[in-house]
Amino acid sequence: MTESKSQEPTPQDLGFFSRIAHPGYFLEWSRYFIWPLVGIAAILMAYGLYLAFFNSPADYQQGETVRIMYVHVPSAWLSQFCYAIMAAAAIGSLVWRHPLADVSAKAAAPLGATFTAIALITGALWGAPTWGTFWEWDGRMTSTLIMLFIYLGIIALWRTFEDQVRAGRIIAVITLVGAINVPIIKFSVDWWNTLHQPASVFRLDGPTMPPSILLPLFVMFFAFSFLFLLLHFISMRTEILRRRARAIERQYAQQLRTQKP
Amino acid sequence: MKPFLAVLTRDMKLATRIGGDSLTVLLFYIMTGAIMPFAIGPDKDQLAQLGPAIIWISALLSLLLALDRLFRMDHEDGSLLAMRQASLPLEMIVVAKICAHWVTTALPLIVATPVLAILLNLEIDQTLRVIFTLLVGTPALICFGAIGAAVTVSIKRGGLIAPILILPLSIPTLIFGVSAVSSGAIANAQDAALLFLAGFTLLSLVFTPFAAALALKMAAE
Repeated sequence: MTESKSQEPTPQDLGFFSRIAHPGYFLEWSRYFIWPLVGIAAILMAYGLYLAFFNSPADYQQGETVRIMYVHVPSAWLSQFCYAIMAAAAIGSLVWRHPLADVSAKAAAPLGATFTAIALITGALWGAPTWGTFWEWDGRMTSTLIMLFIYLGIIALWRTFEDQVRAGRIIAVITLVGAINVPIIKFSVDWWNTLHQPASVFRLDGPTMPPSILLPLFVMFFAFSFLFLLLHFISMRTEILRRRARAIERQYAQQLRTQKP
Repeated sequence: MKPFLAVLTRDMKLATRIGGDSLTVLLFYIMTGAIMPFAIGPDKDQLAQLGPAIIWISALLSLLLALDRLFRMDHEDGSLLAMRQASLPLEMIVVAKICAHWVTTALPLIVATPVLAILLNLEIDQTLRVIFTLLVGTPALICFGAIGAAVTVSIKRGGLIAPILILPLSIPTLIFGVSAVSSGAIANAQDAALLFLAGFTLLSLVFTPFAAALALKMAAE
């Protein structure tokens, strides 16, 4: 059994960015970030949920359902932020052909899909008592739904490739095409919607919010962002380890084949 | 110009000879359009109202169906590898293939649109308008299809995944294509939609060759 690590360049030979982005070295240093991130995310989430449930007033119009917003708005924000991360990673894997960028893009896709789905579901749950319907073909909701479709398409594409290194570069192309298209889709859906219902005034965010609502929203916003960071780190580490395991399996299978006469 | 024309004529010949399925796509288009009244009901006014949307959906589905043959055969028999050695850059080869694909797949659909228009009880000026929007909009659909086909070209069983990737991206084309025919609410909205559709087509023609060629290069490695 040969140790594959000895063939890789030692971290001292590389520059700072190459060093922290080297998959093996990433596994080393990211280990020390997991538990602090767990702590920060848990404390923020607990504090945010406490504020959201017990220490913020019910809205005078929406009543208690306003508390759904504290989950809905951060996940809606993350659904877009996550695509930005995937697009940045796509540039990384196309320009520098960096394996860690592939891993980052692959790990981000299911997270983005999940946050988008959470945003849609909480939005529907909020809409049922407030608007009287679970679904409205409102511009924002429609573009979020299309975003979910794009995420699911990319996840499905990841699952069809056997060679994950090649998959990373090819999927980077479609991720960037999607990134160009997302603003166009958003614009076109808004345009389509205003044609059909010119008097659409569905707005989640009022222009002015009292600080008693704004504070829990901020805390939840940071709690969700740290949760995303944590989950992204963990799934990147898992993906690197999975690739290693697969490489070792392949090596082992080749050894078996050469041993047999 | 000569290699460009060579690729163009080669693809058009391949599509029209034995094994080419221009006619199948055309039949699929007519049948999809003709099957809608069975679900919607034979009410003529309703059909006329929904007609442009039905025609656009049928065209979109037919073009998705034909997409797989754009690069797959050439990738599998190695022609694409040979074409990468040509004096013509791969981006221009992609443009030639997209042009040939449009002429052999989308153009027959557009020519056959009056048949569907009669079945769906559309008036003549509306029929002409649908044909015009299809002429303007189908290149954008084919461009996105080309990106999807290039991305999935190296997957052995990739026939089903490409439409999943392309459908969300073709929503703007669908929105502007249909509202360029039928949106009576606001004055000038139809012309605005038509201009947006044309702009969208031009934009997709600009960035598709690069994206598709990049994906093809990655797939061949």
